[in-house]
Amino acid sequence: MFESLTEKFNAVFKSLSGRGRITEANVSDAMRDVRKALLEADVSYNVVKKFCKDVSEAAIGAEVIKSLHPGQLLIKIVNDELTKLMGPVDSNIYFVSPGPTVIMLAGLQGCGKTTTAAKLGKYLVAKGKRPLLVADDLQRPAAIEQLIILGQQADIDVYSEDSKNSVKVAKRAVTHAQKNGYDVVVLDTAGRLHIDEDMMTEISNVAKAVEPHQIYLVCDSMTGQDAVNSAKEFNERLELDGVILTKLDGDARGGAALSVKAVTGKPIKFIGVGEKLDKLEEFHPDRMAGRILGMGDVVTLVEKAQEQFDAEEAEKLQRKMAKGSFGFDDFLKQTKAIKKMGGMKDMLKMMPGLGGKLGDMDFDDGQLKQIEAIAHSMTPRERREPDIIDSSRRRRIAAGSGTQPNDVSGLVKTFRRSRDMMKALSGGSFGGLKSLFSGGFNMDTLTAAMSAGRKIKQRSKRKRKIIRRGKIKRR
Amino acid sequence: MGIFTKTAEFFKDRLGKTRDKISSSLSSVLTLGRNIDEALLDKLEETLISDDIGIETTDKLITELRAAYRSRRIATTDDIVPFLKEHIKNYWPARDRQLRLAASGPSVILVAGVNGSGKTTSIAKLAYILSRNGKKVIVAACDTFRAAAVEQLSIWAERIGVQIIKHKTGSDPAAVAFDACEAAVARAADFLILDTAGRLHTQKDLMRQLTKIRNVVTGKIADAPNEVLLILDATTGQNAIVQAKMFTEAIDVTGIFLAKLDGTARGGIVIAIKDQLDIPVKFVGLGEKPEDIAEFDPDTFVEALFD
Ligand SMILES: Nc1nc2c(ncn2[C@@H]2O[C@H](COP(=O)(O)OP(=O)(O)OP(=O)(O)O)[C@@H](O)[C@H]2O)c(=O)[nH]1
Ligand SMILES: Nc1nc2c(ncn2[C@@H]2O[C@H](COP(=O)(O)OP(=O)(O)O)[C@@H](O)[C@H]2O)c(=O)[nH]1
Ligand SMILES: [Mg+2]
Ligand SMILES: [Mg+2]
Repeated sequence: MFESLTEKFNAVFKSLSGRGRITEANVSDAMRDVRKALLEADVSYNVVKKFCKDVSEAAIGAEVIKSLHPGQLLIKIVNDELTKLMGPVDSNIYFVSPGPTVIMLAGLQGCGKTTTAAKLGKYLVAKGKRPLLVADDLQRPAAIEQLIILGQQADIDVYSEDSKNSVKVAKRAVTHAQKNGYDVVVLDTAGRLHIDEDMMTEISNVAKAVEPHQIYLVCDSMTGQDAVNSAKEFNERLELDGVILTKLDGDARGGAALSVKAVTGKPIKFIGVGEKLDKLEEFHPDRMAGRILGMGDVVTLVEKAQEQFDAEEAEKLQRKMAKGSFGFDDFLKQTKAIKKMGGMKDMLKMMPGLGGKLGDMDFDDGQLKQIEAIAHSMTPRERREPDIIDSSRRRRIAAGSGTQPNDVSGLVKTFRRSRDMMKALSGGSFGGLKSLFSGGFNMDTLTAAMSAGRKIKQRSKRKRKIIRRGKIKRR
Repeated sequence: MGIFTKTAEFFKDRLGKTRDKISSSLSSVLTLGRNIDEALLDKLEETLISDDIGIETTDKLITELRAAYRSRRIATTDDIVPFLKEHIKNYWPARDRQLRLAASGPSVILVAGVNGSGKTTSIAKLAYILSRNGKKVIVAACDTFRAAAVEQLSIWAERIGVQIIKHKTGSDPAAVAFDACEAAVARAADFLILDTAGRLHTQKDLMRQLTKIRNVVTGKIADAPNEVLLILDATTGQNAIVQAKMFTEAIDVTGIFLAKLDGTARGGIVIAIKDQLDIPVKFVGLGEKPEDIAEFDPDTFVEALFD
């Protein structure tokens, strides 16, 4: 699970040596803090235990840039891992056609199902759907009335019956929706304890009867350690499709989010952030991670330090380019960075002034792989000084990389050309970048030229930074 | 008190539904009879934290355990759980748990808590038990905000057979409280129980509104409210501490009603709340029916923590 973590890490700090590494000893304090923070946030004891073990194991050996303490870096790693564990973002509701798409809400008493049903209804209307809310909580006094009132507030139709049989109500509601052209049915159900056998049987019978396309567990974000028990049971009985986390407008740290994701594996779809019906939002794993960990300061500090470090690296590279001493080593680093950022195409879209031009450009990340293979088959010296590559070296490299000698010479040639171009460019600015493409497209040149844009990074926030830097350079 | 007939037995009976692994593994470790070691403490920590006791209080309990071991008050693992049980039980002396009553006139109980914690149902339970014991009870629907909250309490009042004071949804809850106090005095009620809208303790306006309700009550009936109950959902985690703190600041909470204890959650957070804020637990909710209430019994509660 954490393979990519170390990889990511090494890529960021690769060229640095002797600036400290994460060891068991120098992060034990930080790890203790992390553990405490997670438990205070109500993340399940066992989830915390496993998480801390995995992260420390994966992080040990990672290099630390000079301005940081290993513990600080660890916290950033923890933050990123939490984000990853709670992701990916998936707020799509999958609609079936012909409709209606049936969505069922389930959960413990008082977690927010009825309110969420109405919120979802409103959300669906905004998406251009015609939803029908179904009052299938036949237990709680005035539960039907509650949904009817919420439906009026949101101007959404509510189906209800004076009945004691929730299976029949659900079935007839779906038929009613079919007949009357509703596209989505949102089924509110009674709150129940996961250990209440009768009630759990009842809800599985409702599920069997109407076969909902989506079943969401509604979970109160203030829930403590018990979140794993109920979520697990609901998931086993109902095969959940997602989770909706409510009452996040308070100050609960919401560790239940992590626990529930860990035991069910089901995506967190939405969050409730208030009693009003427009208070439904899409779930953001990064914000949730920050909230659970509660160490935003350290995370920001590390990000700043890394940014600073990136900037220094960029400058170093620029100096190299200016001197014409940009070698294949640097080049490899860049290709790796490009891959991390989601491939050439994504990368190019982000380049200032280039996004629009891409439509008719056709190119493939497979080429990058070939380039990498070739570069990897070179000796360190060849990578540093590509000019020494003669025909015998060329044959050896080709054999080593599974390519043809003329692939190698082609690469070396375009590399040399782009290096020279960079040398010329880097004195000035990247404003010249666009003109590079006006006469045709050369991927290698582009790859190399882009490299000054910079470094690693995975998330969109990072991507934005890269763009910003590109702009700075153009000045 | 005597009017809450269903106490320890009922409590015990309703509790203790499934909650397997933790406790069974703990008792198996404990029967080994070794001296305290780290693995054992880990297991213990796991049990306590899984009960939502919280890391701070857990650390404190374990520190006390170590101290007891060093001073030879306990000698073997077999002594550990009894020691902790005894220790935790002592958090709630009997006098702390009694319902506070007015010296004369109606005893007023103000009920508050975060959204969905179980306020309205718990009020139905209190009203049911009290009226069944011959007390004249009036309930007041001061939740004028949530959809159908007034209807919900009205249905309960009707089912139980107690009077209700209500206004329309959207009206001023303090005005409902005002009318309810007058009615309670005029009709010589023994108890007046006020329901309020669920609110998060972070919502300053709503907390001020709660203070206002309390002030109105105090203005109408001297020494009222006699009891201010915070309804806590037993599944709540660490956030319950700050809830208790903020509600106490707003309306001076005198006791906790721990609802939904019939699930698998053990409500261990009330230990931390007693420890840090000195707020006792008075009642527990053990189901959705009016009769599903018991006086808080530390023995049963503590047994369940380690069951
Ligand atoms: N299992 C169980 N459910 C309970 C208990 N107490 C309340 N409930 C249920 O929890 C849900 C919420 O209870 P309410 O009494 O409406 O809670 P509330 O605090 O008044 O809610 P709001 O007014 O909406 O904030 C209902 O479905 C109740 O039936 C309990 O002790 N055990
Ligand atoms: N603050 C806040 N309150 C909420 C949220 N969702 C629901 N509630 C409130 O929580 C209480 C219980 O909600 P309800 O929908 O009746 O829960 P149900 O019993 O699961 O159907 C009500 O008072 C709601 O107004 C939320 O996201 N934030
Ligand atoms: Mg409901
Ligand atoms: Mg209520």
